[in-house]
Amino acid sequence: MALHRGRGFAAINYPIGMNLGGDPSQALVHSNPGGKFMVALSSIDLGQGMKSVTRQIAAETLGVPVEDVYVDTADSDTGPHCMGSFASRGTHRVGNAVIEAAREARAVMLEAAAEELEVDPGDLVTDGQGNIHVKGAPSRTITTAEACAAAQFRQGRTVSGRGIFLIPLSEVDPETGEQTPVSCFAHAAMIVEVEVDDETGEVAVLEMNSAYELGRALNPKLVEQQLVGGAWMGMSHAAWETTEPYYPDRDHGPIDFNSYLMPGPGDIAPHSIAVLERPAPDGPYGGKGPGEMCANPVLPAVANAVFNAVGVRIDELPITPEKVLRGIRANGGARPQGRP
Amino acid sequence: MIEFRKEYFADERDDNLNEIGKPTQRQDALGHVTGRSPYFDDHLFEGLLHIRCVRSPHDHARIRRIDTSAAERMPGVVRIVLGKDVPNNLNTLLSLLDFGIDDEPLISDKKVSYKGEPVAAVIAESERAARDAVAQVRVDWEVLPAVLDVEEAIKPGAPVVNDVYPGNRFVYHGKYDHQKLRFGDVEAAFRQADRIIEGRYQMSPIEQAPTETCGAIAAPETNDRYVVYTSTQALFFSLDTTSKLLRVPSNRLHLIGGTVGGGFGGKVDSLHEPMAVLGTMLTGRPCKYIFDRHEEMQVGAPRGAERWYLKDGVMNDGRIIARKFTGYFDSGAYTRLSSYAIIKAVGHLPGPYTIPNVYADVYCVFTNRTPATAMRGFGITGVDFAIECHMDKIAHELGMDPIELRILNAYRDGDMKAHRRLAKNTALIECCHVAAEKAGWPLSQAARQASSLRDGGGARAEIPHTVTDQHGRVEGYTAGSYAQKKRPSGPAGQARGPQSPASHPSRDSIAVPSSFDRAPQPMSRPAPSAPPASAAVAPPPPPAAQRPAEQHAPEQRRVTRFSSISGLRRR
Repeated sequence: MALHRGRGFAAINYPIGMNLGGDPSQALVHSNPGGKFMVALSSIDLGQGMKSVTRQIAAETLGVPVEDVYVDTADSDTGPHCMGSFASRGTHRVGNAVIEAAREARAVMLEAAAEELEVDPGDLVTDGQGNIHVKGAPSRTITTAEACAAAQFRQGRTVSGRGIFLIPLSEVDPETGEQTPVSCFAHAAMIVEVEVDDETGEVAVLEMNSAYELGRALNPKLVEQQLVGGAWMGMSHAAWETTEPYYPDRDHGPIDFNSYLMPGPGDIAPHSIAVLERPAPDGPYGGKGPGEMCANPVLPAVANAVFNAVGVRIDELPITPEKVLRGIRANGGARPQGRP
Repeated sequence: MIEFRKEYFADERDDNLNEIGKPTQRQDALGHVTGRSPYFDDHLFEGLLHIRCVRSPHDHARIRRIDTSAAERMPGVVRIVLGKDVPNNLNTLLSLLDFGIDDEPLISDKKVSYKGEPVAAVIAESERAARDAVAQVRVDWEVLPAVLDVEEAIKPGAPVVNDVYPGNRFVYHGKYDHQKLRFGDVEAAFRQADRIIEGRYQMSPIEQAPTETCGAIAAPETNDRYVVYTSTQALFFSLDTTSKLLRVPSNRLHLIGGTVGGGFGGKVDSLHEPMAVLGTMLTGRPCKYIFDRHEEMQVGAPRGAERWYLKDGVMNDGRIIARKFTGYFDSGAYTRLSSYAIIKAVGHLPGPYTIPNVYADVYCVFTNRTPATAMRGFGITGVDFAIECHMDKIAHELGMDPIELRILNAYRDGDMKAHRRLAKNTALIECCHVAAEKAGWPLSQAARQASSLRDGGGARAEIPHTVTDQHGRVEGYTAGSYAQKKRPSGPAGQARGPQSPASHPSRDSIAVPSSFDRAPQPMSRPAPSAPPASAAVAPPPPPAAQRPAEQHAPEQRRVTRFSSISGLRRR
């Protein structure tokens, strides 16, 4: 009886956003007279960081510091329509809507500043620190707060903007499946190393090495949390979780976290991640959406690593010790395939 | 450990931005880490009532009679709700997009098709009282034979799970019992292939497992409106579904959510908001409806099981010249979202590879189990498991390095994909390079020199002569206006099946743009059958330049102009 190590590989791509388009999101942006901005959405922050990424997008577009922006989510009385937070659509769809809204609000802010400075608004730039000045003449300057106050108390303008992002609905050909599914794709490749116990059938994931391409990483920390957590979920899908362990038989269905198996802290494998950023031409600042795809390569990579370790193909998830052990026995023992 | 490999695609990015690309801390971080962020269940109401459902103990049964008399006499019970109390007790989630036929009641009153299906709801002063009363509701069941396996369910004579779809299969485009993908001629290519490699793969059902279970609290507002605090992932899905089921104009509903304790796809089904509002309508008091953990795991919709059969035609040098899929999504008893995920899956096939002949038949099958719904990677995760396990088998059978096999077949910028759009912005090969480098996995020089930016297009941009067929044709359905080829000549609106009740609920629905129809295009081109296999080296024929590209400039449309943005408020 022995422990066998194996390595497995998988590569995937992932469509960003709800398939076929037709999934609009909207945003409203306005400033108070002190030049502080509010972004109103009806989108949901599931913990993934929706509020944070849209806040950065709004600040970048408005040309103000991120501290000058807050995002309010999901009140149907105040937030304009959004399809919801699913299908990796939040960053891409809502982010684009926020850009459009922020551009409109920025234009008003610059018009107000131009009127105060008695210049053409086209000659004005923002420095991202809360100042607006004439291009090439930094001394002719006004703060964003002063511009917003002037707009609202002297000039009678609302510093506000509306945005919507909609990829029109694509039809699907019943005969060929021809369609325009989504507008951009993220990519990933992963190598997983496992150790398989040929006496118990247990699989331990030892290490993951991956490369994810997900457009521009709008906030590298949020990207990291998605990729790390998502890969653990993929590991869990591969070797632990199911609501029906003997599918299609319905018996032994778990009803709580004692019987629904998930990896514990001691099962988590070290994961070394490389992020590649090929900007999506229609993404907000080139962003795609790492939310869903990070789990996908792990499932097949673990299955392939188990084969490499002991020569057993597990084609039905999850990869339980029972299945591994039955496979080893059917083969008359472990058959290590050699380190690739 | 994470590293950002900025040297890749550097010329496609401007990295000098003020806020984008910065590791800014989340605005909600402090609230989350101190346990102070308010979730839906943190909203307290005086006189709050609790809703618990009476659920089917059977996979499939007819309801002969429901006796609530003993339950009504239980202490703390305020009201017992049955299917007849739901103003419009039939819905399908994607009717908001005009996709599919209404097939699922909020509270079932004729039959149940899965274990856990609700047949009554008890509204009581406490959760305890509601649970006790649920145990006193007596249902006279006529147990029916059940079918739990997708391939058993589509055999002739199988028990009918879902009366709207008597064949136990969702109907696509009012025309077929599955979604087709046809690109080239797989059968001809199989005859030319050096090897045929087949496999069968099973994706298991999985619980989304959020920390916070699904739920909603509704309360009456003084202005004849209802406020709803909800854990939904899709505020307007929930709002519009509630509006439809309860026949309440959407502007009398005020939904508040936005901070959710984990979703992963399990919080889009909009079951809780309608039930909570219905309870409030019937009692005039605030009502909470929330899954306990048992319900979350066995009644709440999981990621559905998928079964995939793959058959590949492969050349000895590693080129894959044909790939055929037969897929079965286990939708459970009702449609929810599996029908839609299948279209997403079909648009994803054959994975990130350029294969000149691709074929798929994918079925959305109804079985007597908990309806399936979205989960992280919906429509993609299961088939990616199948594809990537299959790729490993091919590499093993050919004695080839598995990463080199992927790089050889990887799609590149300018390649035609099986759904007939050109690939752009691809990066699979570069991901393979970096992952191999990190893990110390040796690659040949040829594999290392490959690039997503080179050697695509040309012959690889062509649409091959395509063989089509009519198998799986169904009669008696008309297409809805969504995801279809031709607009029906009859009255517009919901697709309707033979048994579908003619319900036209008076609700203000989402206007679905109807301007995307176009005349059907010829099924296949008269061009001679392209020889399968010419990987990167074939003489470049004229590129298929007139094909629409993958990336369209986003068409921005502004339907409503907001006259004012005042009235924004923070909570």
